[in-house]
Amino acid sequence: MEPLISTTLQAMALLFSGDAELWSIIRVSFSTTLQAIVIALPVAFLVGFALAELRFPGRWALITLFNALLSFPTVVVGLLLYLLLSRSGPLGDWQLLFTERAMVIGQVLLAFPVLVAMSLACFKAADKRIWETARTLGASPLRAFFTLMYELRFGLAAAGTAAYGRIIAEVGCSMMVGGNILHYTRNIPTAIALETNKGEFAQGIALGMVLLVMALGLNITLTLLHRRSEVGL
Amino acid sequence: MRSILLMLLLALTAQAQAQPLRLATTTSTYNSGLLEAILPDFTRRTGIETQIIAVGTGAALRMGRSGDADVLLVHAPEAEKAFMAEGHGAHRTGVMYNDFVLVGPASDPAGTRGLSDAVQALRQIAEASAMFISRGDDSGTHKKERALWQSLGGTPTEGYREAGQGMGKVLQIADQLGAYTLTDRGTWLAFADKLDLQVLVEGDPLLFNPYSVITINPKRFPDLNHEGAKQLQQWLTTPHTQQLIADFRINGQPLFVPSANAVTAEQDR
Repeated sequence: MEPLISTTLQAMALLFSGDAELWSIIRVSFSTTLQAIVIALPVAFLVGFALAELRFPGRWALITLFNALLSFPTVVVGLLLYLLLSRSGPLGDWQLLFTERAMVIGQVLLAFPVLVAMSLACFKAADKRIWETARTLGASPLRAFFTLMYELRFGLAAAGTAAYGRIIAEVGCSMMVGGNILHYTRNIPTAIALETNKGEFAQGIALGMVLLVMALGLNITLTLLHRRSEVGL
Repeated sequence: MRSILLMLLLALTAQAQAQPLRLATTTSTYNSGLLEAILPDFTRRTGIETQIIAVGTGAALRMGRSGDADVLLVHAPEAEKAFMAEGHGAHRTGVMYNDFVLVGPASDPAGTRGLSDAVQALRQIAEASAMFISRGDDSGTHKKERALWQSLGGTPTEGYREAGQGMGKVLQIADQLGAYTLTDRGTWLAFADKLDLQVLVEGDPLLFNPYSVITINPKRFPDLNHEGAKQLQQWLTTPHTQQLIADFRINGQPLFVPSANAVTAEQDR
């Protein structure tokens, strides 16, 4: 018990002393995750909407595929991406391996199935009249889509939060395509893996606390917004 | 929405501009703190930013083969020679050495303490069926350990465990399980005060551990940072840097012995 308390105290000290290395790691984590969500979210929601509303051959195969990809191990995504992006791989000319962009691509791939599957469930459960009313009132399909998304905002926000959770805490893919380079591609999970290897548990705990605080903050905000709107009804 | 995309695009292109030097090296040089201690001097002199990817020697050589690193700092002489012979490298230069030590629990069930013959010590560990943790990750240390077991006809069947992890992690595992393991002295010194393990066998010439810096063949991968790699190779072997390596200490103990100009340093092309 004693080492747990002392490392936690050391971790607090590290966080509040503004340790530059620690904060660079935190920056990499949130920068990559934010970029990945911004890129993946609009496309994934459109795909989710299309799968919910349109009927076309292969629709069920696609839905099954996205559901299966939900449980795809992150290290396998990392390995495939590594082989693609390696200088001797098919996309080697892009020179992306061991860069932040490679990590963003990996996280987009990991977030995409989560966003599609959860938004699909959301769109399927939506009241059909929202879309129809918007359309009869003269809204363009795009405008009607935005209205629909607004009505479904809590479900869609939950999809975004789940995707965020999958990629901010992911170590396998980031380690493989990022290379864990300090100040460039070392994010919170890969840093924790490294610090644990080095026996430096305090920094690992400090970074773990940042993740926990962020996750709590995000979920509390969502819950508060949701409750406020329920009270408003 | 459009402004977000534009900002994203700008952020992405800004990242793509600088070409830092990518050094693939072993966990023993990075986790011990050596590179963090000496590389700022290189950046100050040349203006070249370095990015360190710390993996096992096997993985580092593989990155060199596929053109995913600009320069390598590794320790597995046989594998390095094969790497050069296959034409993947441009130049290979000795930089420094340290040595391996056999560590184990204080109770030393195989009675290896004080032996000067590493192979004899392993034989006794095998005969006592004592637990031995192997790196199992194709690193330089793992290659050395396998070579030692090979002279006994292979790894023992009982008590032998492969961890598949870095040196620090393996030391922690051996410590928790009261097992023996082979470690480079650098990582051992960095970890010694966190562990109950003890050094039992050291000083055997077989346990010598030389490090080389290897630049990548520009004919294979023309668009790597070859100029930076050449500068790093030269800088590592200057008397000034060699002194920095000699001065690097953990708990007052030197970790590496500079050897760029010693007879043991091999140069081949």
